[in-house]
Amino acid sequence: MSDLSAPAACVDLGQLPVGSTVALFGGIYNNHLALHATVADARRRGAAAVFFLGDTGGFGPHPDRSVEGLRSLPVHSIAGNYDHSIGSDAADCACGYTDPRDNHFAQISYDYTLANTAAEHKGWLAALPHSARFELGGQRVLLCHGSPRKQNEFLWHSTTPAAYIDVLCREQQADLVCCTHTGMHWERRLADGRGVVNVGAIGRPANDGRTCVWYALLHSTPAGLRAELVPLSYDHEGLAREMRDEGLPAEFVETIETGWWTTCLEILPPRERMAGRY
Amino acid sequence: MTASSDPTLPFLHLDTLWLQVTGTVCNIACRHCFISCGPKVRIHDLMTVDQCRAAIDAAAAHGCRAYAFTGGEPFLHPDILALVDLALARGPLDILSNGMLIDEPLAQALARRFREAPHGFDVRISLDGLSAEENDPVRGRGVFDATVQGIRNLVAAGMEPVVAVTTVHADHESAQGRQAFYELLRGLGVAHPRVKLIPPFRIGREARRSGGYGPLERLTAAMIDDDSPWVLQCGTSRMVTNRGAWPCPILVNDDGARMGDRLDDALRPCTLGSPACHTCHVEGFSCRT
Ligand code: SF4
Ligand code: SF4
Ligand SMILES: [Fe+2]
Repeated sequence: MSDLSAPAACVDLGQLPVGSTVALFGGIYNNHLALHATVADARRRGAAAVFFLGDTGGFGPHPDRSVEGLRSLPVHSIAGNYDHSIGSDAADCACGYTDPRDNHFAQISYDYTLANTAAEHKGWLAALPHSARFELGGQRVLLCHGSPRKQNEFLWHSTTPAAYIDVLCREQQADLVCCTHTGMHWERRLADGRGVVNVGAIGRPANDGRTCVWYALLHSTPAGLRAELVPLSYDHEGLAREMRDEGLPAEFVETIETGWWTTCLEILPPRERMAGRY
Repeated sequence: MTASSDPTLPFLHLDTLWLQVTGTVCNIACRHCFISCGPKVRIHDLMTVDQCRAAIDAAAAHGCRAYAFTGGEPFLHPDILALVDLALARGPLDILSNGMLIDEPLAQALARRFREAPHGFDVRISLDGLSAEENDPVRGRGVFDATVQGIRNLVAAGMEPVVAVTTVHADHESAQGRQAFYELLRGLGVAHPRVKLIPPFRIGREARRSGGYGPLERLTAAMIDDDSPWVLQCGTSRMVTNRGAWPCPILVNDDGARMGDRLDDALRPCTLGSPACHTCHVEGFSCRT
């Protein structure tokens, strides 16, 4: 039941000993300042490998800076729906909003990203694999953007029950499925230790009234893989300045400066929505 | 009413299990109700707690992601809170209601579950106009005020419902129409207003109101592609009532669409033989919130 027809990229991490750590992040949304801060923070914390789960563009300023960052840093990348759309010069981000206001703001960031991404970078985005796998401490990890079965499917904490996680892990022959796409980080484990980790997004805050962004570390331990969801402070004031200079909507800048989402809220399930300001 | 030329739709996975917990029994009888519900309509009757438990357990065994209660009016069920707990233990739950029966104690009980359950919980309340003058000719005298009171009770208890608007008034489909509903909800204390627009299905009582479907409004195999089972809700959901399993909540009164006695009988491709399927296709419509 998967539309991710291309085979997963298998990343051989070699023999990483128990005690090793890898880092996972998603949703750059053009936040090149957070991209560099995340990779630096992950290395400081001892990550032996760093993975990006997709969605390079959208929302923030200067799209090429993020693609150039990804291409120069030691990061394994897979594609998100935004990368797929930008990489194929599609007309919109295919998020499928029904509210005209949401569509209006989504189109502004999409048109801006499309117009400011170099053709060569579009080709690089288009060539990214749609999923990846690795083994760590004997545990099989599957990386995808939205869900293993669809690149633009949202896995939220409040709407991803154990029964569904069991199906995803079984079908993917994975112990841990890691995803992003929602922009909100969470983890849910089954009694036997299998589970889903949504690594969140580094491109904008998690609608929690804080300006930090989130990524994930996976620690291999004798008891299996332990996920650590990491809040990261970065130069969000610098980003807000760049966004203003680029003429991006004040609503987007407000999110960076306050930590509250202001647009495209209709995708949120009730619990996640009610926790936010708007 | 199916013909051999009707297309079939692959079944991908059980994302949503619908339970018609109160059958076709409703406290009102809207003129546009596409399943013709009403106080004395027992085409489908109330499901027992055991029937609901069996269906929810079976669904969970297939990896079901979400549950939804409908009717009729679900809050007419004498054991509705027990049913809510059964579903919320397994996954997120939506209840589709006219809101009229949500008094203060019920609102408190629902809001407590919204805060404490391990999964998301939503109540979706139907409202087809911005005023009694607009709403009540379709839904019945006094319904607007009773529905608004139900919304107020929920909000006071700490739970904000979604409002579902069947677009029988064409101007509600526009951006301004949606905005007007947001304003109405803000006025009722809803801080995060949400509106779902629903196209009228011209079957059931609505067929009499609007004239039903023409002979050319049928789906053909050529209209079905790889994406269709993701878009049409019958690719990823099933409906159970006290009388068996159906492809979706829309066709429960079409005996030709019935798929079996139990949920497990229905986890297979279905036939898109109803003219209502044409509305799903044209509108890209899904009952999901
Ligand atoms: S539309 Fe809903 S509220 Fe109205 S009669 Fe039908 S089931 Fe009852
Ligand atoms: S009415 Fe819609 S959901 Fe129901 S079977 Fe037809 S296409 Fe599927
Ligand atoms: Fe995405």
